[in-house]
Order: sequence, then C-alpha cells, then structure tokens
Amino acid sequence: MTTEAPILAIDRLTMRFGGIVAVNELSFTAGRRQITALIGPNGAGKTTVFNCITGFYRPSSGVMQLVHDDGAAFRLDRLHDFRICKYAKVARTFQNIRLFPGMTALENLMVAQHNTLMRASGFSLLGLLGAPSFRAAERAAIDFARHWLERIGLTERADDAAGNLPYGDQRRLEIARAMCARPALLCLDEPAAGLNANESAALSELLLSIRDDVGTSILLIEHDMSVVMEISDHIVVLDHGVKIADGAPRAVRDDPKVVAAYLGADEEDAAQVMEGGA
Amino acid sequence: MAFILKKAAISALVALGLFFLMIGIRTEAGSSGQLIYWTRFGELAAMVGAVFAGSIVIELLRRWIGPVGGVELPAGVRATFATLGRLLAPALLIFALLVPVIFYKERYLLDLGILVLTYVMLGWGLNIVVGLAGLLDLGYVAFYAVGAYSYALLAQSPLPLPHLVDGFPFVAFSMEQLGPWAFWVLLPVSGLLAALWGVILGFPVLRLRGDYLAIVTLAFGEIIRLVILNWQDLTGGPNGISGIPRPTVFGIPLTPGEHGFAAMIGVPFSPTHRLVFLFYLILALALLTNWATIRLRRLPIGRAWEAMREDEVACRALGINITTTKLSAFAIGAMFGGFAGAFFATRQGFISPESFTFQESALVLAIVVLGGMGSQLGVALAAIAMIGGFELFRGLDQFRMLVFGGVMVLLMIWRPRGLIGHRAPTVFLQKRTEISSSLVKEGHG
Repeated sequence: MTTEAPILAIDRLTMRFGGIVAVNELSFTAGRRQITALIGPNGAGKTTVFNCITGFYRPSSGVMQLVHDDGAAFRLDRLHDFRICKYAKVARTFQNIRLFPGMTALENLMVAQHNTLMRASGFSLLGLLGAPSFRAAERAAIDFARHWLERIGLTERADDAAGNLPYGDQRRLEIARAMCARPALLCLDEPAAGLNANESAALSELLLSIRDDVGTSILLIEHDMSVVMEISDHIVVLDHGVKIADGAPRAVRDDPKVVAAYLGADEEDAAQVMEGGA
Repeated sequence: MAFILKKAAISALVALGLFFLMIGIRTEAGSSGQLIYWTRFGELAAMVGAVFAGSIVIELLRRWIGPVGGVELPAGVRATFATLGRLLAPALLIFALLVPVIFYKERYLLDLGILVLTYVMLGWGLNIVVGLAGLLDLGYVAFYAVGAYSYALLAQSPLPLPHLVDGFPFVAFSMEQLGPWAFWVLLPVSGLLAALWGVILGFPVLRLRGDYLAIVTLAFGEIIRLVILNWQDLTGGPNGISGIPRPTVFGIPLTPGEHGFAAMIGVPFSPTHRLVFLFYLILALALLTNWATIRLRRLPIGRAWEAMREDEVACRALGINITTTKLSAFAIGAMFGGFAGAFFATRQGFISPESFTFQESALVLAIVVLGGMGSQLGVALAAIAMIGGFELFRGLDQFRMLVFGGVMVLLMIWRPRGLIGHRAPTVFLQKRTEISSSLVKEGHG
C-alpha cells in the first residue's frame, strides 16, 4: 500500500431521479495506481455512480475531486460530458460493449486519440494540406494503437471490423480503446461479464499490467468475485445506493453485512458462494 | 403451395383496398359543378387479378432462384470483378475528362453531362452529412439555394467592397465592379455563406435524432424556399433573378468580342466553348469535393464523424465533442452544396425558387442512398444512373416515372445497402480490408 494521495475522492455523492434516490450520500476514495472495485447486488447504483463520475449524469449533490499525478485537480461534478475524458482524463468502458462495430480495431483505437490528433491536425487545416507535423503525429498514434493491440493480443486482427471480433476480444478491445485516450483513471463497467475462466484470467493479468506498468488507476464494477478478489487493492460495497462496506478484499469478504446484502437473505449459502468465488 | 396462395390472396386484398377508390370509382366535375361518378369494377377486377397472379409468379421465381445473395461466385470471377471494381473509378475519371472532346458536337450530351456532374457534386456533399456523419438531412436543397442566391444577389448588388490594393485584380468599390472576376470571388463567398447556414441549421437540431431530425431539416429546406419566394424586394419572389454574370476563364469572358476567350487563343468563337468550360468547371468542383471528402475521412475529424454515426455515446466517453463534430459535418456538407449552387446560378444565368423544391433534396438523398451511404464511387454511379437513366427513359413518356420507380425498388431488393455496400477503412496495419455493410451503422441522427 502506498501513502500517495488518492486519485479520486468522492464526497457525499447523491443522485436522484425524480423521487428515487439511486445513490445516497456516497463517500469513498480510489487510490492512486491502485485497483478499486465497486461491488454490490443488481440495482445497487454502481452504474449510476459510474455515470456520474464519467459525466453522463450530473449528480444531484456531492463533490467528486480528481487529482492528476502533476497535482492538477478537477471537480468532476462541475465538468460535464466529453470534457471529463478530454480534460480530467477519465476513460470508461460500458456494461454492454460500445465499440464502433463498422470500424476496424485499429480505427477504434485511432478514434480514442481524437483530441491529440485533432490538435496535431491544426483542427483539420494542417491535416488537409498534409503537413509533415500531422503525419508524424498520426504515425505516433498508429504506433501507440499498435502497442495496445499487441498488449491485448489482437495485432493479427487489427484490420478486421470490430463488430466481427469474438466477444472476449471485443471486451479487451474496448479496454484498449479507453487506454488509448491516455486516462489517469480508467473506469471499467463489468469487464469480465460473459468471459470464460481463461479469458477472465487474461483480463486480470491485463488489468494488473495496466496498474503496474502503465501506472493508471482503475475503478471497476464487477460481479465476478474471482476477478475482484484477485486483483483489487480496495473494495467498496454498495447496496440500495448506500455504502455498506469499504476496505481490503479480505476484510470485505468476511464482513457479514456484505455477505447478507450481496447475495440475499440466506447467509450460509451466500458465505459459501463468496468462499467459492475467492 | 398453400403459403403462396395465402400470400397472393393477401396481396390481392391489399390491392383491392388500395385501388377500390382509385380505380373502382371514377369521379368528375359535371357541367354545372356537380359531382358525376361512375363505377369501373371491371378494371378493378383486372387489376386485383393481375396483382394476385403477379404475386404467385414472384413467389415461384423466388423459390426457383433461391434466397438472394446465397450464390457464391467462384474465386476467379470474384477476382476479376475486384480488378474491374478497382479500375472503375480511374476509368470513369478519364472518361469524364474526355467527354467534351468526344461529344464536342453534341450540345445535348454536354448539357446532360454538366447536369449529372452537378448532382454528383451535390451527392458527394450530402454524403458527408448523411453517409459519414449519419445525420439524415432532407433539406439539403436549402444550401444549394443559399449558394445560388448568394452568388446571384452579391454579383448584382451595389454593396461597397473595401478597397484592397491598387492594381490588384480583385480591387473594386462595388460588387458590380468585380466585372469578369465576379464568379471567382463570389464562389468561395457563396460556399462560406452556405456553411454559415449549415451551422445555423445545426444548432437547433443538435439534440434531435432520426425521424425528428429529418422532419426539421425538411422544414428548414421549405422555410428557405418560402422566404425566397416571398421576399420580393430582395429576391424578386417567383420571378427569380436574371442577368446573373456568366463565368469567365479566370477573368477572360467567353464572348465573341475581341477580348473574348476565343479571340485570345485565336480560334473562331463558338457557343460550345462555354459549355465545355462549364463542364470542366463543375468537374473540377466535384473533384475538389471528392478530394476533400477522401482527405477528411482520414483525418481525426472524419473518423469522429464516422464514429458518431456508429455510436454517439461511446464518442462522448472518449472525449469527442459531439456539438462541434455535428456542426462541422453540417457546415462542410452545406459548403459544397453552396459551391454547387453558385455554379448552378452562373450556368443558368437565371434562378427562381422553382429550382429549389423538396424534390431536389429527395433526389440528392436518393442518389446518396442508392450509391451506398459513405461510398464516393457509389454516389457517382448512382448520380449517373439516376440523372442519366431518367433521360434514357425519356422515350417512354408518361411511363417514365413508373419504370424508374420499378428499377429503384428492384435495386433496393437486390442491394439494400446501395450499389457499393461496403466501407473502406481509413487506416490499416497489414492489409486493406473491406467492411461488410451489415456491420456499418446508418446513424440515428
């Protein structure tokens, strides 16, 4: 465990939809260069929290502060929409994969570098004229994309349409696409959903390497307990929009409140599943 | 067999419902204004019977031929087709360049060529908005009109121009003094004004998608036309504007006088010179549109357009500003429409609101859809087929529209994603592939 200041600090975040309180006074922090998992039963408000962090929802109240390595601080509750990714450098993936299916894997990764390339292309003017500076920037972008394709083992399929890739490859490509936006914080919404055991293991390895080699902090929502317990440095448990536990994986796993809430009323069955998952 | 009969019976029933009033009862106004009507049940029965029989024949044919697209061509044939496909675009370009040489004597064909190229250009311009950015625009003719009227009005207005530099060819104190340079100065101005209107349309429709966007753009096209029609003081209303300056070969007029282009190069004057010049002018403008589109597609802005068509939410999550991306697509598409409009005005010498009806928008959109959304070559082929084909069927008189509609329906059955139905990636690592149209999204607005 490091003693670095957390990358993301959420303070009393509340999100209301009409009369429904989806997230209620939620406070937690995500450690720098750590993997923080957000877990909870279905409908606990995990994705709502994600949508608030990544600018798809504007929170009803609360403060979300993100601090970059260089000390630059961003109030995510005041930024909105694309600005969260562009300025605060928070990238995300989606529960139901949202690649650009008609574009190739490589193109998907190029779109993710839009803002860098847009500046290099002089907002299209220099690019239209074929300026050497833009060509260099584009080559660098392709190299960066190639680097990520290698990392996820998809170099061979770089020129295939993303919609044609197998499900597991699409999941990894979406993560690579988010990483091509060079995020400080990577938010993953159920990255292991629908993956088999082998693919889950490969995913865990990829996420650990993103944390250790790239140094990107990760916030993830996940139902697959084997993945969560294996890679998380820190777990936050939500139920009905309220935080019910927060701590190291082992402590959270043994917390009776978590076991009860997470897997329904029957504590013994629940405990068994949690053990099995770990 | 029972299925076929059932299907034919349903078709016949639909036909009966449709034709009962249209064919079954004939109405006419009598001599003193009263309604006279008589029944034509014989014709109605014949029509319904024809539909019944036709439906059986089509269904049998379908069984006999098998499912559409199920036939795999042998590799050799496919390779030949691929080579032909690659050669098609350069061959078309060379042919286009040679048209005025081959058909120098055929004024009608030259005129038709100019018309086709105008629609190719409009199709390419709209392709940016509809094909790349996935924004369904039913009011594209508005920008064509803005371009045409901008040129026509500015070229004849007494507006003072700033004095630039002495002796510089563009120096003039009023637009009228631009003289032979009017077209060349006002062409970019018309394009920019159309782009401005593209942005003005873009702002209110930013949040609209799909059908709603289509309706608002359609209304926008009509609003522009109605304003032109009713603002008599400025636009001359339904009388239009005449006496629009003709184009010049970079300042040299195409006139019979001693300062004319013919005298300059020492050949006898012929009115065909202007046609040939107009042909090359619109060819150049269309190729400029094509070049810009191909180039833009490979730039981040073009990729953002296509990504927006594929998935707008994912774009936002990747830090792409949807507002500016949409507005830029509208503006650039509109700009090329404006260029085409200015060309139209200078070619005709006279414009009126009648040239900018919804039918034009629909025709250009049909060209884009028929060509295969996003495909440059497809749009060019579709423009040739639509405009050229329309002329081809001229001999069929009143059945022209019927044949034309039938051909369109057949084409959409065989090639539902347009003539060229695949997408070429903008960048590749190892090999250039083609993406099947079934994966490519059409956009939601």
